Amino acid sequence: MKQSLIYLCLFIGLLATAAAPAADIKVKDGDSIQAAVNKARPGDTILIYPGTYKESVYIDKDSITVRGVIDEGEWPTMDGEKKLNDAILYSGNNITIEQLKITNYKGNAIMGQAGNNYVIRHNWVIDTGVYGIFPQFGKNGLIEYNVLSGIEDAAIYVGMCDNVDVRHNEVFNNVAGIEIENTRHAIVENNYVHNNTGGILAFITPGLPIKTTYDVIIRNNFVVNNNTPNFGAEGSIVANVPVGTGIIVMAGDDVVVEGNIISGNNTAGIVVTDLSFITDIASDPDSEPNPDRMRILRNFMINNGAKPVAAVRALALANFTTKGPDILADGTAKDKARGSCINDKDSYRTFGLRHWGECDMTTTAAIRSHRLDEPVPPRPIANDIERAKKVYSGICAGCHAYNVRMVGPATQVIQAIHRNNPQAIADYIAAPVRKRPDYPEMPPQNHLSADLRLMVAEYMLSLDK
Amino acid sequence: MKGKNSAYSLQLTAHGRSAPAAVAAAGRQLVAVSCKLLTASCHLLAISFTLFSPPLAAAANSPSNTFKLAEHCPPAFELRADGGCYLRSFYRQLPSLQNAGVGGPGTGLPAAREGFTPREIDLGRLLFFDPVLSADGSVACASCHQPQQGLADGRAQSIGIGGQRMARSAPSLWNVGLFNRFFWDGRATTLEQQVEGPLYAADEMGTTPAQLYTTLNAIPAYVDLFRQTFGTDNIALEQIYRALIAFEASLISLNSRYDLYAQGITEALTAREIEGMNIFRSFVARCAECHTPPLFTNQQIAVLGTPAPAGLAFDIGAEGPTGDPSQRGGFKVPSLRNITRTAPYMHSGRFATLREAVEFYNKGRGHAVPAGEKLSLHWHIWEPGLAPQEIDRLVDFLGALTDEGFRPATPAAVPSGLPVPRPTDSDNLQTAATGEQQP
Repeated sequence: MKQSLIYLCLFIGLLATAAAPAADIKVKDGDSIQAAVNKARPGDTILIYPGTYKESVYIDKDSITVRGVIDEGEWPTMDGEKKLNDAILYSGNNITIEQLKITNYKGNAIMGQAGNNYVIRHNWVIDTGVYGIFPQFGKNGLIEYNVLSGIEDAAIYVGMCDNVDVRHNEVFNNVAGIEIENTRHAIVENNYVHNNTGGILAFITPGLPIKTTYDVIIRNNFVVNNNTPNFGAEGSIVANVPVGTGIIVMAGDDVVVEGNIISGNNTAGIVVTDLSFITDIASDPDSEPNPDRMRILRNFMINNGAKPVAAVRALALANFTTKGPDILADGTAKDKARGSCINDKDSYRTFGLRHWGECDMTTTAAIRSHRLDEPVPPRPIANDIERAKKVYSGICAGCHAYNVRMVGPATQVIQAIHRNNPQAIADYIAAPVRKRPDYPEMPPQNHLSADLRLMVAEYMLSLDK
Repeated sequence: MKGKNSAYSLQLTAHGRSAPAAVAAAGRQLVAVSCKLLTASCHLLAISFTLFSPPLAAAANSPSNTFKLAEHCPPAFELRADGGCYLRSFYRQLPSLQNAGVGGPGTGLPAAREGFTPREIDLGRLLFFDPVLSADGSVACASCHQPQQGLADGRAQSIGIGGQRMARSAPSLWNVGLFNRFFWDGRATTLEQQVEGPLYAADEMGTTPAQLYTTLNAIPAYVDLFRQTFGTDNIALEQIYRALIAFEASLISLNSRYDLYAQGITEALTAREIEGMNIFRSFVARCAECHTPPLFTNQQIAVLGTPAPAGLAFDIGAEGPTGDPSQRGGFKVPSLRNITRTAPYMHSGRFATLREAVEFYNKGRGHAVPAGEKLSLHWHIWEPGLAPQEIDRLVDFLGALTDEGFRPATPAAVPSGLPVPRPTDSDNLQTAATGEQQP
């Protein structure tokens, strides 16, 4: 009876949780954003009002929107003062982060750790260290209408993700503008990518646990004047990016470049190459090094290659010119076996494209998005009876088997002692004392909340095998 | 009996004797058999046999046929209708991108080795603790992978047969059933490849397939246990490997306080540990880029350039098996689970404490690379400029990755009758004292 009462109470509690309407939590200048996140429940929106917020915020829960309130041009600003690591770290699903000005961090402005269905938009990011916006291990994401500058690696770095659209962003004065790395099904479109060292990069980094990049569309971007000297950190991969490069495709497969305006990039407009392009990192036999089935459709390309880096200048001289090309295929990218193609090849200045044929398509316009039609489903973790089972099987069962002695007494023995008293078990496991000379003392479980301890105790008493 | 080989008839001859005597007989027979096959190796085998005899005689009064294999799965596993044990963990309900088993707190595991029977696993446990698997009966798997030492041995470099000091430290075996790369230099990609390594390495257990085969088939208790497990009258090498792999794959540690946090039980971590976790996954410290949840390793080869301990030569690491100079000094990224239990740290045991190990990453890219070595250092080795208190918080967080709840029980005795290896350090003997499961 008592047990069913407890379950009833829990059930009502869950109903209450489910029924709670999504709330707006307001954060004003001087308040803590993290405190609001800690208080927030899935579905809530955290509204951040203009002011300066000097903190690192982490979001390890699902379905939270963090939205800045811009008031007559006054932005809420997260300022790391070059002391803090990252402005926002998230691991939950369905996280939206928008309308924040973020500056002076050392690591990232916004970093995702395996959160799916993410939306990062309308943020203004100025010098946040290594990266600006960096979703990693995420599926189904949207990055749009952000403006980023002054980043020493990639302003927008999509690393080991699936299904992402990157569109309508402006990235400038960074080492790399937009990177699509070890990522599948991505569209990079309608971005203004200027005055970086290199503009848009789609590539494979060897030595990462997810090995491929393929199905990437780079279209309708302005890729202009990416001639900022490389200020990447010593030893970083991005330090390999040659100054003056518009688009680099390294080892990625099935990459389409279409409808871009690519101009004023002093080394080359587009470089297609294999993994030998970077020489100072350990090779990885599990990383396929060749760029396969690259498609360059119609692009507008002028004024590229005016002042190429030394390696490209040497290639140029071999082609009886001092200028770099609009398009450069290097390494195995030159090979017929790679199956790459280009439309209207003769309208560009190209190096290494002798074996590239005409493409069998002219546009990718039919593909509107590479995001999923349905979001990635929620994770099956909830504070319910199932969780008590998980805690029991994960923790308790290590020492208590049903009918045999293991490290601790058998569950049957404990049931006989506490048959109608789950609270006694819940209290005991929070602060155990040694009761039996021939058994070790049980480690305390006081990191579990009181209600979860009680649920686990109930579950232990209900076992019959 | 048609077709039985000499090893099997040897087992019949030995039947009914106490186990150590049987092993001694097996040893003698082995010398005879091997001499026919490989005259050149006779001398060495004879020496090893001489070394082998005394401990056996000393242990002659140990029980030989009192072993009963478990009928239930180890606690991290559930028994299914097919008779196999399958891993049970909340992580198994979670997906992972490209099924790679890397990501964040909400990411699932890589593919698990599972489906072994309770008997296979428990037989593997007996083998694991039995020094009879080594050439001279002095070293068991458990000598270097001690349950009380985080399934490592607490040494900077491990010690194999004849007191030989190896070049590297014993890696912890926690969660190896979830790995796809083994050994510090990453030279194996399956447990099948891995399991033969220590058995036959001259400086580890130093045995040979022929010796292992002959020895185990000469111990009636083992023949009986393998018959119960596999239903065959004769122990095959593949059965020995399978049992050892089954036991290795049962060594699961996925219930640390961090894992409670990952399940949404946020109060499981202290404020300091959460601070450390955020430094750990930040892009300044970048720890999580290689020590990626949920296993806290991405299982890749990374070139770090850690200093070699005094008196040890520079270790070329993965360049050895691959021959690839760009992998010179590269090692498999180790899991950080139970890391507080497995000091000293790095492949060479160069750092005595966790704090020293963390500090290495803060001291500058390539600061310890020997003069004249050209290494392709990993790109995440840089100069993060962590403050001392940030390093303290990282160490705090690493402590939240400890979970030895499913530490395997050390058997009171093993079928050979040889002494079961005991911990080199008695700081934590809970399981050793009480962990044996009673029938």
